[in-house]
Formats: sequence, structure tokens, C-alpha cells
Amino acid sequence: MKKERYLLPLILILVWQGLSSVQVIPSYKLPSPVEIVLGFRDLLIVGVPPGHLLHNHMLYSLYRVALGYAVAALLAIPLGLLMGWSPGILRMIRPLFELVRPIPPLAWIPIAILWFGIGIKSAAFIIFLGAFSPILLNTISGVLSINPILIEAARTLHAKEKDIFLKVLLPGAVPSIFVGMRIGIGIGWMTLVAAEFTGVKEGFGLGYMIMTARDIQRPDEILAGMLVIGVIGLLIDIGLRAIESKTIKWQ
Amino acid sequence: MGLDLLELSKTFPGNGLGESVHVLENIQHRIENGRFVSIIGPSGCGKTTLLRIIAGLEKASAGKVLLDGKELVQGTEEVGLVFQEYALFPWRTTLQNIEMGLEIRGMDKPKRRLTAMEYIKTFDLNGFEHRYPRELSGGMKQRVAIARTLIMNPRVVLMDEPFGSLDSQTRNAMQEFLLRIWLKRGDTIIFVTHNVEEAVFLSDEIVILSKRPARLIQSIDMDLPRPRDRTSETCNKIRRGILKILEEEMKREEVGDEDRWDRL
Repeated sequence: MKKERYLLPLILILVWQGLSSVQVIPSYKLPSPVEIVLGFRDLLIVGVPPGHLLHNHMLYSLYRVALGYAVAALLAIPLGLLMGWSPGILRMIRPLFELVRPIPPLAWIPIAILWFGIGIKSAAFIIFLGAFSPILLNTISGVLSINPILIEAARTLHAKEKDIFLKVLLPGAVPSIFVGMRIGIGIGWMTLVAAEFTGVKEGFGLGYMIMTARDIQRPDEILAGMLVIGVIGLLIDIGLRAIESKTIKWQ
Repeated sequence: MGLDLLELSKTFPGNGLGESVHVLENIQHRIENGRFVSIIGPSGCGKTTLLRIIAGLEKASAGKVLLDGKELVQGTEEVGLVFQEYALFPWRTTLQNIEMGLEIRGMDKPKRRLTAMEYIKTFDLNGFEHRYPRELSGGMKQRVAIARTLIMNPRVVLMDEPFGSLDSQTRNAMQEFLLRIWLKRGDTIIFVTHNVEEAVFLSDEIVILSKRPARLIQSIDMDLPRPRDRTSETCNKIRRGILKILEEEMKREEVGDEDRWDRL
């Protein structure tokens, strides 16, 4: 069973390599798997632009995401709990939120650069925008999905509003908050790479790296960079899932 | 000394679409302290609403509830409620569920853990203290729910059809278990049920309510010694009497089709 999972990718790579070797696929458009591996090695030890090594690109990207994502989570979770808890607050904030939400995060890039200049702040702001909505919406629906009888049960145990908030609404919404966090980081990571196409001043970042590789006509490095971006996205999701299943043992 | 229900009435106001619903009408009754009192009546008649008013989850439209002559204020620690659907916190283990009230009260962790462990023992939940509700059987869940309420030492324990969703063997075992606990503690229990046999087996007193709007039809004192035999002639006789009262009540001019009388 396990072997079958790897069979199709393996065959595809072999065919791809074969077609590249006999020059059916032109290498300047789609480099062969071997060339991509060599491109990856160049990213690691030579760097694009030279001296700007892969691990530094990664660190800059992760830093930007961490910053924007942390701010998004820290604002969206409490706000979502409040909005789920109080119909009044929900009615007040929802229309404004629904108005702003359909604007794609990337459409904010020009104004973000105007507000924050080119640099980490504007990139983090774009991540923030991408991650904020799913975390907020899932936190709200998490609170709304809590059986009202649990709130009454807490009241019969003499819970004050503070207890209900911290001991019923928050833990009850956690599974849904995790869903939002996972969607949020996914969108945030996607948004980041695009944000780095334009708004980078330090000369580091995975998005910046693959755009630079295009400028110097290195499709092997572009593809190696894309793979790195994908793998990191996957690892982040796996990590969050692991935290999730450790936190929510009760489901 | 006891719990006085004074001219309790409840009407749920209509919300534009629906009409207002008159649920309780002028319920007047005294429940002596330490008694096991069952409330029985057609389904949808307002038994649960009555319990919710006593528990402070709902406000009466008129009338009040006194305990030993003093009006019960909302959020009082004198009254505890056991819900029909257990209402356990699914993210809390058995131990954490039982501890919840003490935690809210602000008792420090070692102390409340010690107290909760005593309840784990009494309620025969040993070995399940770190399990989550989804891993427990129905009977166990209800024991956790009862322990969670009793650990707060309420003077009046309200129970809303607590054994309604259990199979009959588990139900019988739980009834006997509840009696043992109650005989040791001596709290007042107000026990809402559909099940006449259950009421006869458990109670010192059975209060019969009418169809909606619920009025008090009759209150029956049960002077039978315990332990009782569910199938004894006396029990059956009382049961027949109650069933007859309820049947006549159902035949009385229909108030609404939605009033169904089942699960006798």
C-alpha cells in the first residue's frame, strides 16, 4: 500500500527526466529534475542574488509571516469571541467587516506600501489581512456552535460572565479556532510570496528570491524555490495539526 | 422550613411571529426540606420551565420562590440543577467537570482536587477521572453530572428527567444509586419525570401538573417504607391512580394538538 503512494510521482519524474534528456522538453522553459536539484544546491551555496543564501530568504519570509500572523491571531481570536458572545457587537462589526473582506489582500499592497513603506511592516500587514478573516470567522462560528445548555450549566454552577467567557466560550471554540488558524496560515503564506514580489527592501525573502531568479533567467532556481515554498507551507500545516491534536484531545 | 412556590405564573411573550405562550398558571406549593419530591405531568406542560424558574435560569412572570422564607436570588448557591442531557463540558475530563463549580468559586487546586476525588469514589467513577465525556456511558455521564451539582452542596437539588435517556436497567440502577446518596445527604430533591413508576419508586411526594398552562392538579404523599418493591401491589395501585388522573387530564378539552402524552 505504502509503495503505491510513491509510484506515480516516481514514474512522472522518470518520464520527465527522460523527455528532458532527449530535448523534447526545452530546458530553458522546464529544467529537468536533475537540473532543479542542482539549482537547489546553487540556492543553498551560491545564493540568488549571489551571497543571499536560501536559509536567509527562508528566515526573512518566516519572520514576516510570523509577525503578521501573530498580530492577526491576537486580534481576531478575542474579537471573534466577543462577536460570538454578544449579538450586539456582532451586529455592529459584521457589516463593516463584510464590506472590507472581499477586497483581496494583495489589492492592499499599493496602499500598504504608501502607509508603511517598502519593508517588513507592509509585508506583515498583507499577511495580517490574509490571515485575519478566516481566524475571525471561524472563532465566531466556534462560539455560536457551543450548545447554549453548557452556558446554562455553567450559570447553575454560579459562573460569572468572566468564567463563562474563559471556561466555556473559549475552550468550546478552540476546535473551530484551530480550523481558522490553519486556513489563516495557508492564506498568509500564499499572500506573503506575492507580497515579496514587490514590497521587499532587505533583498531577502522567498518571493523575492524566485523573482530575482527569473530576472537572471534561472528557471531551475525558480522551480527549486517554488518547491521550497510548497514544502514549508506543508510543514507549517503539519506542525499546526500536531499542536491541534495535542490540544484537542476531547473530540 | 421548606421551599415555597408562591403563585408562580409564566408566560413567554410572542415574538411577532408566534403567539405568546402561557406555560405556568398560579402554581402554589410548599416542599418541606429534605423531601424527595417528583413532579409529573404531560410532556410540554411546563415542568422544565418550573425547574428553570426555581434554578434562576428563567424569571417568573408573576409570583416568587422562597427558601425558608427568603426569596431566592438569581445565581444563588442554595439551588443546583441536573440537566436532562447531562450538559457536561466535553473539553473537560470527569475530574475537571466535577471540579468546575469549585474552580469558579475560587477554591485552590489541591483542595478542590481532593474534594472531587471523594466524589469520584462515591459516584463509582474510579479509573475514569481522566476520561472525557465522549468516552463515558450514559449512566456514567449522568453520575458525573449529578456529582458536579452535588459537590456545590446545594440545599435544593433540581433534576430534570435525569434518567430519561437511559435504558431501563441502567435507569433502575441509577434510581437506587440516587436514593442511597440522597438518604445519606438529606438534601431536598425536586425530580421532574415522565415516568410514573420512577416517581412512585423514588418519592416522598408526587406533584401532578395539568396540561399547559400547567396548574397543580394534585399532590400525593407517599408513606411507603424504603426500599420499595416496584412491582408490589401498593406501588401498582398508586401507579394506576396516578395514570388515571393523567388520562382524565388528557381527555379534558384539548388545548393544542402539540401536547402529546407519551413515555408513561
